[in-house]
Amino acid sequence: MSSAKTPKPDELIQIRYEPPETPWMDIPVDFRPGTWSYSGTAKNLVVLDLPNPRAWQPYDEDWKLPENWQQIILEGMRERLEKYRSFRLFMDICVRCGACADKCHFYIGSGDPKNMPVLRAELLRSVYRRYFTESGKRFGRLAGARDLTVDVLKEWFYYFYQCTECRRCSVFCPYGIDQAEITMMGRELLNLVGCNINWVVEPAANCFRTGNHLGIQPGGIKDMLEFIADDIEDRTGVRVEVPLNKKGAEILFVAPSGDYFADPGTYTCMGYLMLFHEIGLNYTFSTYASEGGNFGLFMSHEMVKRLNAKIYAEAKRLGVKWILGGECGHMWRVIQQYMDTMNGPADFLAEPVSPITGTRFENARSTKMVHITEFTADLIRSGKLKLDPHRNDHLRITFHDSCNPARAMGLFEEPRYIIRHAARHFYEMPEETIREKTLCCGGGAGLGNDENFEMRMRGGMPRAMAVKHVHEKHGVNRLACICAIDRSTLSSLMDYWVPGVTVMGVHELLANALIMTGEKDRTTDLRGEPLKERTDDETP
Amino acid sequence: MNLLVSLIAILILTLLALGVAFSAGLAYLLTVIVPYAAFALFLAGFVYRIVKWADAPVPFRIPTTCGQEKSLPWIKTNPLESPSGLPGVIGRMALEVFLFRSLFRNTRADLYDQRPVYGSAKWLWFFGLLFHWSLWIIVLRHLRFFIEPIAPWISGLSAVDGFFEIGIPTLYLSDIAILTGLSFLFLRRVVVPQLRYISLFTDYFSLLLILGVVGTGLLMRHFFPTDLLQVKNLALGWVTFSPIVPGGIGKVFYIHLCFVFVLMAWFPMSKLMHAGGVFLSPTRNLANDNRRNRHLNPWNAPVRVHTYEEYEEEFRDKMKTAELPVDKE
Repeated sequence: MSSAKTPKPDELIQIRYEPPETPWMDIPVDFRPGTWSYSGTAKNLVVLDLPNPRAWQPYDEDWKLPENWQQIILEGMRERLEKYRSFRLFMDICVRCGACADKCHFYIGSGDPKNMPVLRAELLRSVYRRYFTESGKRFGRLAGARDLTVDVLKEWFYYFYQCTECRRCSVFCPYGIDQAEITMMGRELLNLVGCNINWVVEPAANCFRTGNHLGIQPGGIKDMLEFIADDIEDRTGVRVEVPLNKKGAEILFVAPSGDYFADPGTYTCMGYLMLFHEIGLNYTFSTYASEGGNFGLFMSHEMVKRLNAKIYAEAKRLGVKWILGGECGHMWRVIQQYMDTMNGPADFLAEPVSPITGTRFENARSTKMVHITEFTADLIRSGKLKLDPHRNDHLRITFHDSCNPARAMGLFEEPRYIIRHAARHFYEMPEETIREKTLCCGGGAGLGNDENFEMRMRGGMPRAMAVKHVHEKHGVNRLACICAIDRSTLSSLMDYWVPGVTVMGVHELLANALIMTGEKDRTTDLRGEPLKERTDDETP
Repeated sequence: MNLLVSLIAILILTLLALGVAFSAGLAYLLTVIVPYAAFALFLAGFVYRIVKWADAPVPFRIPTTCGQEKSLPWIKTNPLESPSGLPGVIGRMALEVFLFRSLFRNTRADLYDQRPVYGSAKWLWFFGLLFHWSLWIIVLRHLRFFIEPIAPWISGLSAVDGFFEIGIPTLYLSDIAILTGLSFLFLRRVVVPQLRYISLFTDYFSLLLILGVVGTGLLMRHFFPTDLLQVKNLALGWVTFSPIVPGGIGKVFYIHLCFVFVLMAWFPMSKLMHAGGVFLSPTRNLANDNRRNRHLNPWNAPVRVHTYEEYEEEFRDKMKTAELPVDKE
């Protein structure tokens, strides 16, 4: 069992960066409670037709691997070396300059040398050299090669599930070597012999069957959205409609399921519904494509495609013109870099045009899916929204760039534009911790579970400390972001490291400020917290 | 351990080179046969490695975006860090290859007062750049041995390189630069504990080998003068496929040659191939225009999906109860 006792923040911050004397190849992995995730359950593996379903846990001596597991892994490696230039190249060209080492939030937070991206990659490279290069076959360890043993496999499991695929290292690498790519390959290989974690496999299995990670069935989705609509009516006096599975709608809206399932995501969802109501958008949610996120990304490319296929299929079935996507991080990595290639071409859709402003979203010409902050920024720019930023005066805001919108999209300005128009107190965190250099929440890529809590707090520490900086300097009390995983994991991260700071989506902030037609006197924000009293000169 | 083995390997190499230098028969081998063999190995190896990488497809367009993408027309984009098309990609690659753009971003994380702070750390960038550029200039300067008459741009380069006219023969700036750069890169690897921890044999050996080439070159130029005419005749002999065994060239020259040929053979089978690989890196050499232009995956194959029909089949009753529309009653 993982009966982890989480250290207190002042204990956890005692981090040593000096590597041990023993060479890393001679240090076996230690499954210390609080630093790893439970295995994928057999039931979920069966739903997804994944190999080797069984009952096991990482701390077991015997992982019940298939008899020919080495052959399976090596064959899998060979196949991937032939299919992905990225993989083959990244196995070969690293010069171990070490620029990536202290760029990883898990290394900064743990001091474990195998969390340096370079060494995490060497875990896999050493095996690659042993079986796929002449020098490795001949000279073994001298060439940086080693045999594929059960211990090596366990080490892979531990460290590839201690990487959130955030791509920060790849920003600093002189060759653009992307540890996310290597981790993805490592996880694909582990999956071939049935070594995966339940926090990834269960959401994926749920999503496959019910359309969303949380396994919410059609009626449940409707109930939740109606409940959110009730809350909106309570706060604003306006009743918004909740269109679901509506054929002939102009736009299909896909959000991460976390946004309609739990706080504080639900407030972001209130924001979406209020915005769409106010501008009179002809749109629909779908229960079948009720998930923007894609935990397949944390498992294999094939699973990405299998889960992602629903979005285009549903857009086609409902006959919409184009697709709008909610605030979610890894969802947008999939939509930006994989969806069109995997499941396109979306030739049955039209090039996205905002029905309100007439703006043509040329950057989404082929994929036909627009990010909601692009959509909203355009609305504000065109003067289509009435905003009262004073309604956010009780908040002092900073913005966390989520890894994937930052480093896989380059979406930096749109959310900031919205924040600046919806609020008056916005403070950036230090430069080395935002935009393309943003630091991960520590719980992405399927690691946001409770048994892994200590590692999450370690990995999230650099982000938390940057928030703490603006919290102390500017009195920041609210961390805004555009990612559902963030909204969940950053909340516990703040409670641990920076009590007094809470987390919100950008569209919650927007909806606080949004003046709606027919609204009552707004005395609270969407959370029911009282607004700050205005001085006379601030009357709208 | 890796450091020790590398040092021993270099020592053995030096001794072997000395042996060659003192043996007439082996001198023939070194000046007539090995040059072609080493060059062939270098060329064939280099091409083989590049072809092998290029042979693997790029199934997905996965640039690492380090700046604002091209989106709405009024939002300022960053074409060099998040290129939206070919010109931007070329610019980004040029910055990377010629100026080590990514390394320029380098910071150093330290815990200070129980907080991580990110200090500027441009030393690796500076000395890395110094080393690579001076190596490049030195290689170009050496062309004067292979071309007759010497092209004016080569003499010009040498003149600029020796601009300060320190000592006789003139001390080249690139020689000082490469020594400084190499020493930094080597010492850093030996002194910084984290780097020592990750370093492999190939990391030390490659640096020591180049140090060997540079060191013997400098020895020849400044301490044990070599008959440059003989060297030139030898080099021209290689180029015109009529190599002759030179007489009376200094022993150091033979050691220099040995190191150069080992380096040429070592290059394609080692990490030094990053020189070719950097051009192929999909996180850098692709435009961030995924949603604008569809990227094709040559092996894109159908997968088992859960269709809407299957979904409705399972949930139809529940959907009806919730008054959600269904396709089949």
